[in-house]
Amino acid sequence: MNSSLFLSQLLNGLQLGVLLFLLSSGLTLIFGIMNFINLAHGSLYMVGAFVGAASYNASGSFLFSLFAAVAAAAIVGLVIEHLVARPLYRHDHLYQVLATFGLMMFFNELAIFIWGNRPYFVTIPEVISGSVEILGAPYPVYRLLIIVVGVLVAFGAWYLIQKTRFGMLVRAGTTHASMVSVLGANVDLLKKSLFMLGAGLAGLAGTLAGPILSVQSGMGDPVLILALVVIVVGGIGSIRGALLAAILIAVIDTLGRAYLPGILALVMAPAAANTVGSALASMLIYLLMAFVLAFKPQGLMVSAKR
Amino acid sequence: MNAPSLVIEGLVRYFGGLKATDEVSLQVRPGELHAIIGPNGAGKTTLINLLTGELASDAGRILIGDVDVSDQPVQQRVELGLLRSYQITSVFDSFTVRENICLAARRRRGVRLAVWKPLTRDLESMQVAERIMQQCQLTHVADEAAANLAYGQRRQLEIAMALAAEPRLLLLDEPMAGMSAAEGVAAIELLRSLKGQYTIVLVEHDMNAVFSLADRISVLVYGKIIATGTVDEIRAHPEVQKAYLGDDEDA
Amino acid sequence: MNSRNWMRLVLPVLFIVLAAIPFVAQVVDEPFYVTFFARVLIYALAACALNIVLGFAGLVSFGHAMFIGLGCYAVGILSHYGISNGWIQLFVCIAVCIVVAVLVGSVCLRTSGIGFIMITLAFSQMFYFLMVSLTPFGGDDGLNIYESSNFGWFELSGSSEVYWATWALLLMLALFLNRLRTSPFGMVLRATHINPRRVDAFGYSVFRIQLSAYVLSGVITGIAGFLLANLTAFAVPSYIAWHLSGELIVMIVIGGIGLVTGPIFGAIVFLVLEEVLKGWTTHWMLVMGPIITFIALAGRNQFAWLKAIFNRPSTAGAALKTRPNGELP
Repeated sequence: MNSSLFLSQLLNGLQLGVLLFLLSSGLTLIFGIMNFINLAHGSLYMVGAFVGAASYNASGSFLFSLFAAVAAAAIVGLVIEHLVARPLYRHDHLYQVLATFGLMMFFNELAIFIWGNRPYFVTIPEVISGSVEILGAPYPVYRLLIIVVGVLVAFGAWYLIQKTRFGMLVRAGTTHASMVSVLGANVDLLKKSLFMLGAGLAGLAGTLAGPILSVQSGMGDPVLILALVVIVVGGIGSIRGALLAAILIAVIDTLGRAYLPGILALVMAPAAANTVGSALASMLIYLLMAFVLAFKPQGLMVSAKR
Repeated sequence: MNAPSLVIEGLVRYFGGLKATDEVSLQVRPGELHAIIGPNGAGKTTLINLLTGELASDAGRILIGDVDVSDQPVQQRVELGLLRSYQITSVFDSFTVRENICLAARRRRGVRLAVWKPLTRDLESMQVAERIMQQCQLTHVADEAAANLAYGQRRQLEIAMALAAEPRLLLLDEPMAGMSAAEGVAAIELLRSLKGQYTIVLVEHDMNAVFSLADRISVLVYGKIIATGTVDEIRAHPEVQKAYLGDDEDA
Repeated sequence: MNSRNWMRLVLPVLFIVLAAIPFVAQVVDEPFYVTFFARVLIYALAACALNIVLGFAGLVSFGHAMFIGLGCYAVGILSHYGISNGWIQLFVCIAVCIVVAVLVGSVCLRTSGIGFIMITLAFSQMFYFLMVSLTPFGGDDGLNIYESSNFGWFELSGSSEVYWATWALLLMLALFLNRLRTSPFGMVLRATHINPRRVDAFGYSVFRIQLSAYVLSGVITGIAGFLLANLTAFAVPSYIAWHLSGELIVMIVIGGIGLVTGPIFGAIVFLVLEEVLKGWTTHWMLVMGPIITFIALAGRNQFAWLKAIFNRPSTAGAALKTRPNGELP
């Protein structure tokens, strides 16, 4: 086992974890506070990816494309909140699942309608497309950038939720929504802001991921499921839980895919090891989820809510 | 007589830093109707939840008859005949009165593979249901959905379900809560008819009911039992008067 | 018209109409109808099975496609190894579904509400990725099934045979579910949705009852998958895709949650609609998506107007108004 290869795999896991965190933090806040299950969150991720890629290809400015992606996702999020989420807050989760499932279908097809079936091509901007030497192995700058962005966002989210009035209202809204409105805060505005925040984070994740994973219709689906696993494992409503679970899951998934076939080859024939290895690797995080839930059904970091 | 004794020894329960149940000790004799009174927030419902097993205790023992149930889950205690009614009506709203009662009556036999014959057509359940509905004056609404009943009737159904489940020890949590005067009178007569058949622990605010039904009374204040005795003893008890009856208008 | 009369009238009419379809197809020389409606009935079977947990127990399983996949692959894999005896395949299908349902259900039922939805989805995805990565069994492309399931005196060799087998099974299931609803087990199961704490307080084990229902539901859905494999001669991971799980839920909501015949109507409406839309445009999902969202937004009362035609007590606007026999709104 090559240690520098291991390191770059570890960093890959970290980077995937960061992307997952960006996606799941919004999701867990929306679940945890507004009790709303949003399957269209993956579509917001996809919107960010497409708008980011399209605007970069059109303008050549990376910063502008980031901004456009986040803004687009936030706006779409706002529309979804107002038209679909708001009428359903008090309803059974079943209807929330169905409504957002329909949205997902719509957005996936819309992407095909506008951009076609094939992956939409986008490159990493010149200035950040190089590699950096880490412990002897080259590692892409871009991926490091993602990790840095993720850490900054995580810190920003923590600060926002723990240290600002907005965050206080959000945390209060977790347990006592009616009290919050009595305190004079506009609960509808609060919810819209929260939804847009979550959407923006998803969009950011999408546009960052674009150059690495491919930008195409349906790209949000597998990531959404991963995010759901992250939330369940981390504990619904907990940002810390989402961070911990996202990193844990992403690292295990990445390392599992990289090394499991090799490990199994020690005890079985290479062809079998490959098949069993990759099958097991793809199931790994779900097995992890089952394992965690067996002992802690409410997730690793049960939030103060409910 | 099938009614067991209930012995509580040094029961303790914390909620964070708050000692909601503070070394509660109590002996209820077989067939006795023992009332528990106390101001709001005294911990009466908490005590009931500890007795049923819905809440776990932090210390102390609970014995039904000779059996120590302190560590046993709800299901095991139900097996011994410990049934309760809820302060906030907790019936199955979309089911009819008959269906509610049959469901309760069925608990002894269980529902393992019973997937064909209707619940309400089962001979045994039907007989139990008819008897209980008569006893609780619900026969005329037997096929009404519980959600459509008047409030007092829902409270009656609440008790009826506890009765239908073949209890030996009944824990009744404010059964008269919210009832009108007339409904209260009917409820008192129903409870009176149950005396002796079961061991009953009655948590109530309605002093009329308590004084006319109870064999003995315990007074719970801030999670502690400050007095136990007969109706007359409690009425005359200075501590009790100070803590509770003194502020109570309908004493 | 109360639910008993509804069942006595609608159920026979429905199944007679369904029985007429193969003959109509023959007369107008459109064998496609048989294939199409066989698929409709198979999905109706799966949707009815899902209704056991969703409609009765209020457990929104977003992973039922997993059982369809298990049924399909039971046929596919055994056929791949030369075993086309229907009885063996069916036995394996049921056995595997039971084991998986017990394992998955035990984990999923530890959570409730949102958690349950997400975890059932996650497990179904796990199976999806498992089958995709198992290249000996076709991976992403799946398995072609060359021999149909042979039951000795009966073989699922064509759309017609599958149609009749499904029709018969669906009829039996509908009759069974009608009894289940008011049986002691069914009533307690429905009670766990209304007031689980009270059910526990009577000494019933909510967990065991829900798990039993989940296993039953999973096995029947697996059988639907078994039939699907014979219909399409194909076992492919896309049968396990979560879109299928979502579509089953849509069918139940369209037809009426908790109603016995609801999912059957729902399957017919949904799949016919899908077919019509597919005929108009390749981008039919652009229309279907919003329709599904709209159905969800309309909530539980979307067919109140339809029911009013049949003089059923209206549920419009009422949160807990029920019918006297206790049927769920």
